[in-house]
Amino acid sequence: MYPPNFEYYVPSTVEEAVGLLDQHQGDAKILAGGQSLIAMMKLRLAQPAILVDINRIPNLAYVREDDKFLRIGATTRTAELSRSTIVQARYPILSDAGREIADPIVRNRGTVGGNVSHGDPGNDLPACLLAMGAEFEIHGPKGIRTLPARGFYQDTFVTSVATNEMMTEIRVPRPGAGTGSAYSKMERKVGDFATVGVGARVVVDSSGKILNAGIGLTNVGPTAIYATAASDFLAGKTDSDAVLAQAAVLARDASAPSPDNRGPVDFKKDMVRIWTRRTLRKALDRAKGGK
Amino acid sequence: MATAPLGGIGVSVPRKEDARFIRGKGNYVDDVQLPGMLFLDIVRSPYAYAKILAIHKEKTLAVPGVLAVITGKDLEAAKLSWMPTLMSDTQMVLPTDTVMFQGQEVVGVVATDRYAAADGVAAMEIDYEPMTPVIDPFKALDPGAPVLRTDKPGRKDNHIWHWEVGDKDGTAQALKESDVVIKEKIYIPRIHVSSIETCGCVAQVDSMGKLTVWLTTQAPHAIRTVFALVSGLPENQIRIISPDIGGGFGGKVPVYPGYVIAVVAALTTGHPVKFIEDRTGNLTSDSFARDYHIEAEIGATKDGRLTALRVKTLADHGYTDAAANPSKFPAGMFHVITGSYPFKKAFVEVDAVYTNKPPGGIAYRCSFRVTEAVHAIERLIDILAHQLKMDPAEFRLKNFIPPEAFPFPSVLGWTYDSGNYAGALKKAMEIIDYAGLRKEQVEKRKRGELMGIGISSFTEIVGAGPSKDFDILGIKMFDSAEVRIHPTGKVLARFGTKSQGQGHETTYAQILAEELGIPVEGISVEEGDTDTAPYGLGTYASRSTPTAGAAAVIAARKIREKGAKIAAHLLEVSPDDIEWVDHKFQVKGVPGKSKTMADVAFAAYTNHPQGMEAGLEAVDYYDPPNMTYPFGSYIAVVDIDKETGQIKTRRFVAVDDCGTIINPMIVDGQIHGGLTMGFAPSMLEEIQYDADGNNKATSFLEYLLPTAVETPHWETAKTTTPSPHHPIGAKGVGESATVGAPPAFVNAVVDALEPYGVTNIDIPLSSYKIWQAIHSKDPP
Ligand SMILES: Cc1cc2nc3c(=O)[nH]c(=O)nc-3n(C[C@H](O)[C@H](O)[C@H](O)COP(=O)(O)OP(=O)(O)OC[C@H]3O[C@@H](n4cnc5c(N)ncnc54)[C@H](O)[C@@H]3O)c2cc1C
Repeated sequence: MYPPNFEYYVPSTVEEAVGLLDQHQGDAKILAGGQSLIAMMKLRLAQPAILVDINRIPNLAYVREDDKFLRIGATTRTAELSRSTIVQARYPILSDAGREIADPIVRNRGTVGGNVSHGDPGNDLPACLLAMGAEFEIHGPKGIRTLPARGFYQDTFVTSVATNEMMTEIRVPRPGAGTGSAYSKMERKVGDFATVGVGARVVVDSSGKILNAGIGLTNVGPTAIYATAASDFLAGKTDSDAVLAQAAVLARDASAPSPDNRGPVDFKKDMVRIWTRRTLRKALDRAKGGK
Repeated sequence: MATAPLGGIGVSVPRKEDARFIRGKGNYVDDVQLPGMLFLDIVRSPYAYAKILAIHKEKTLAVPGVLAVITGKDLEAAKLSWMPTLMSDTQMVLPTDTVMFQGQEVVGVVATDRYAAADGVAAMEIDYEPMTPVIDPFKALDPGAPVLRTDKPGRKDNHIWHWEVGDKDGTAQALKESDVVIKEKIYIPRIHVSSIETCGCVAQVDSMGKLTVWLTTQAPHAIRTVFALVSGLPENQIRIISPDIGGGFGGKVPVYPGYVIAVVAALTTGHPVKFIEDRTGNLTSDSFARDYHIEAEIGATKDGRLTALRVKTLADHGYTDAAANPSKFPAGMFHVITGSYPFKKAFVEVDAVYTNKPPGGIAYRCSFRVTEAVHAIERLIDILAHQLKMDPAEFRLKNFIPPEAFPFPSVLGWTYDSGNYAGALKKAMEIIDYAGLRKEQVEKRKRGELMGIGISSFTEIVGAGPSKDFDILGIKMFDSAEVRIHPTGKVLARFGTKSQGQGHETTYAQILAEELGIPVEGISVEEGDTDTAPYGLGTYASRSTPTAGAAAVIAARKIREKGAKIAAHLLEVSPDDIEWVDHKFQVKGVPGKSKTMADVAFAAYTNHPQGMEAGLEAVDYYDPPNMTYPFGSYIAVVDIDKETGQIKTRRFVAVDDCGTIINPMIVDGQIHGGLTMGFAPSMLEEIQYDADGNNKATSFLEYLLPTAVETPHWETAKTTTPSPHHPIGAKGVGESATVGAPPAFVNAVVDALEPYGVTNIDIPLSSYKIWQAIHSKDPP
C-alpha cells in the first residue's frame, strides 16, 4: 500500500495545469481530492509519473447560480455541495447524493470535479448529472469546450476528457417551475459504493401531468447510465403508481449490473426497479411542493 | 463492598490507560524507532495453489535501498522454512516450492525504507505454475481430491482430524424416540478479526547476541518459548515486548511468518528490522476465524421438552491447522453446544480438512469455538419452538437448567459453575416489553409487514483453564501476578496476561485496591515484557480476570498474611490478634488500634521484625479449579423492508451476567464492543473465495466493518450470579456479547420471515439473501 515515486507539480492557473498535462501527455494525472486517485496509487493500480495538483488554483471552488445554470467549480468539495442552501432548495438531487457519497472524511476532501471525471460507475454524482441534463466545461491546450453529461461516460474510468484536458466547471440547467428531483442510494453500510443508486428529475404542470423526466443510474453497469426509455416514457403521462411502476421496469431493463458481494444480477435489477419507483415518487412529491 | 475513594471492586473508575489512548500517546509497535532500522515487505502469492518454478531476484536487488531478499530456500538452509503451529501442525514461513493460498508470503524484501521495500516487492519476478486449488471443504474429502499436504510423508487425503464427544448410540436412540426432530444446516462463515492495528514487529539483535522483539502479541511469554524452540536460541537470550496493542481479538495469538522473516532479517543484516502488515496482508494471510459447516439435529417431546442433540461439523482450516485451541480440544469448547439446556443425550463430532485457503480457526472474540456452538443451539431452539408452535421465550423458560441445579454437570462433560438463566431472560423480556411486541407483530402480519423478534439465551465458557485439562503446546494454562509494595505504600504489579484494550491497568488495580486497601491511583500495572513480567499464557478467551485476576487476589492475600505479622509487631500484639477490617490491619475488637497497608509497607523496609525478610511482595501462579460460565439473554427486534430485503434493528436488549462486576463502566464497554462485533458478522463481515481461490474481501471496501450509523442502539442490563470458585466471584465478560448476539439477529430475521416458511438464513444477513428468501416463495 505504498505508491511508487512520482513527480509533483502545483500549478497556480488552469493554463499552467493544462500546459503540464500537455507536456507530459499520458504520464501526468490531475490530483484533486485524491480520494480515488491516491487509493489507486497505493494499490499501484494507477502509477502516474507526474501529479498535477489543482487544489491551489484560485477561484475553482464555488457553487453559484445565474439565470441559466447552477455552476459548480471543479475543486468544490462534495461536502460543500450538500451544505449549499441553493442546492438544498432547488437541486435537492445533488444534496441528497452529496450526503450519501462515502463518509464525511472522504466528502471533506473529494471534489465534485474529481467525482465526475473519475469515470467510476460507483460514483454517485454522475447519475444525478445525467438525470439533470448537466454539461461540463473542459479546458485543453486548444481552448475551452463544453460537453453534455449524456454521452460523456464511455466505459469504466473512460470519459470524453483527453489526457491533456481538465474539467473546470459543472453546469446544471436552472430548473423551471414544477421541477422536482431526488437521489436514492441503497448501500450495505456508510462508506460503501452503491448497490444501486437512482437519480430522478421530473417536471410537472399544474394538472399533475409529467412534462419531462430524467433518470440516471449508479453502479449497475460499466458506467453511470442514463435510462433513456424510462425517462422518455414518462413525458406526457399523468402521475400514477402504475405509470411509475412502468417507468421503473424500463429503467430496470436499461441496467446491466455485474454480480458481486452486493448480490446477484436479478437482485440488483430488481433493486433498480424498486428504487426508481421510490425515487420518482420522491421527486414528484417535491415537484408538487413537498419535501 | 468497596468505598469509592479506594476505587475498589464495583466502582466505575475511569480507565487509567485512556489518558494516553485518547490523546494519541499510546506506544504501539509501529511507534518503535531504532537507529539504523530497516523495513521488511513481503511478496505474496497471486495464486491459491501453484508450483514455484523460479524466483528472479535481480530486479528487486537493483531497486535503490533494497538490501536483501529472503526466500524459502534461504530459510530452508537454516531449517527455518517451516514452523510449528499452536495446534502442533506445521506452517510454512516461506515456501520452497509450492504456494498454498492466495496472499501467502513468498519472498521477504528488506530495504532502508518502507517505500523502497514496496518498490522491491513490485519489481519481484516469480514464475509460477498454477494448479487447480481445493476450495470447497466438502470436495476436499472426495476420494479423487488432490492431496494438498504432500510435504507430510504418507498423507493420502486432506482430512486433518476427527474429534467426537458424547454418547453416539444413546443419542441416536433418544432422537428416534423423540416426538419431534428437526435438522438444519448452518454455516458460520469465515471472518477476520481485522483489528485496527494490523500485526507487526521490530526485531533487534544486540551486541551480546540477545534478540529483542517488539511484537503485536496477546501472549508474549508463550511466544518467547515458541521462538526459543523454533530458532534454537536460548530462552534467556530472547525478550518479547508487547507494547500497547490496538485490538487483538484472538488474531494476535499465533506466530505469523512475517515475524520469523523479520527476525531472520535482523540476524542476517545486523540491523533492527521492522515489519508492519498492510491491511490487505492482514486480511488475506493472518488467521481467520469460524468457517464451520454445521449439521445439527435436535429432538423434543410433543409437549416441548428437549430430548437430544446431535451435531456433525466440517471445519475448514485452510492449508494448516493454525487454530489456537488448548491441545486437548482441537475443536475448542465447541461441546458447550448443549447451551443453557439440560440435555440428557448429546453427541458432537467435528472433522477438520485442509483447503487452499489461509490457515487459522482462531477465536475471534470468542472462547474457542463457543460462538459457533451458541449460534447452532440458539438457532435450533428457535426452529424447534416454531415447529412446536410454542413461543420461543416460553419454550426456553420451560427447558432452562434451573438455578438450583448448579453446579450443573453438562452431558458433554463440563461443570457449569453458576447460573440463573430464567432470571436473565425474564429481565430482558420485561425491559423490551416482549408481550407488547408479540401483539404488535400479530397486527403487522395482518397488514403484510415484516417484523421479527429474536432471542438468544447463551451460556459462555471462559477462563481457560484448569491445568488437568488445559495446555497450549504443553504449557499449562495458569496465569500469574507479581505484586510489590514500595516503602511509601505504592504498588507495582505485573501480570502474565496482556491487555489489548480491555482495561487491565484499571481492573487489576481495582482488584488490588480492594484487597490491599491502597487507592487505585497508587497501583501501577505492567504487562507484556517477558524480561520483567511473570510467565503467563496471555489474554484471549476472556481468561484474564478468571485467571490472572484471581492470581492478583491470592498474591494480595499472601501479602496481607505477612502484613499482619508486621502490623502485630508495630501494634505490639500477637499476629493472631490482628484482623483485616475495613481495608486495615486492626487489633481484634479494637477499632481504634489499626495500621494501614502503607504503614506496614514502610515498616517492611524500615522497621521489620527481627528474623523476618525485608520487603513486601508476593507472586501467585493461579491454576483455576474450573472454567467460569457467564451467560445472558439478548432480544432483538427487526423490521424488514419487504421489497429490498433491508433489515433495520429497531431495538436490542442485552442482559448479561458475568458474576461479580469489578468496574461497571468497563463491563458495559466490553458489552457494547462485543455486541457490535456480534452485529458485524451477523450483517456484514465475510471472507468468501471464488472457485479459483481468489479472496473476495481483500480490503475494507469489501470486508465490511459497521460504522456507528448502522450499529444498533444497545440497551444493556445486568444480573449478578457470582462464580462460586473464583476468589471474588468474577467470571469473564470480554466475549459474551460477540458470542451471544448473532443468533438473536438471525432468530429475529427468521421470525419476521416466518410467513415465507423460512427456517434458516446463514450470516451475514445480506439484503439479497433476504430478498431471495422472500422471492423464492413470492416471485416479483
Ligand atoms: C472509502 C471511500 C469511499 C467512497 N465512496 C464513494 C461513494 O459512495 N460515492 C462516490 O461518489 N464516491 C465515493 N468515493 C470516491 C470519492 O467521492 C472521490 O472523492 C471521488 O471519486 C474523486 O474525487 P477526488 O476529488 O478525490 O478526485 P481524485 O482522486 O483526486 O481524482 C480522481 C480522478 O479524476 C481525475 N480528475 C480529478 N479532477 C479532475 C478535473 N478537474 N478534470 C479532469 N480530471 C480530474 C484525476 O486525475 C483522477 O484520475 C469514495 C472514496 C473512498 C476513499
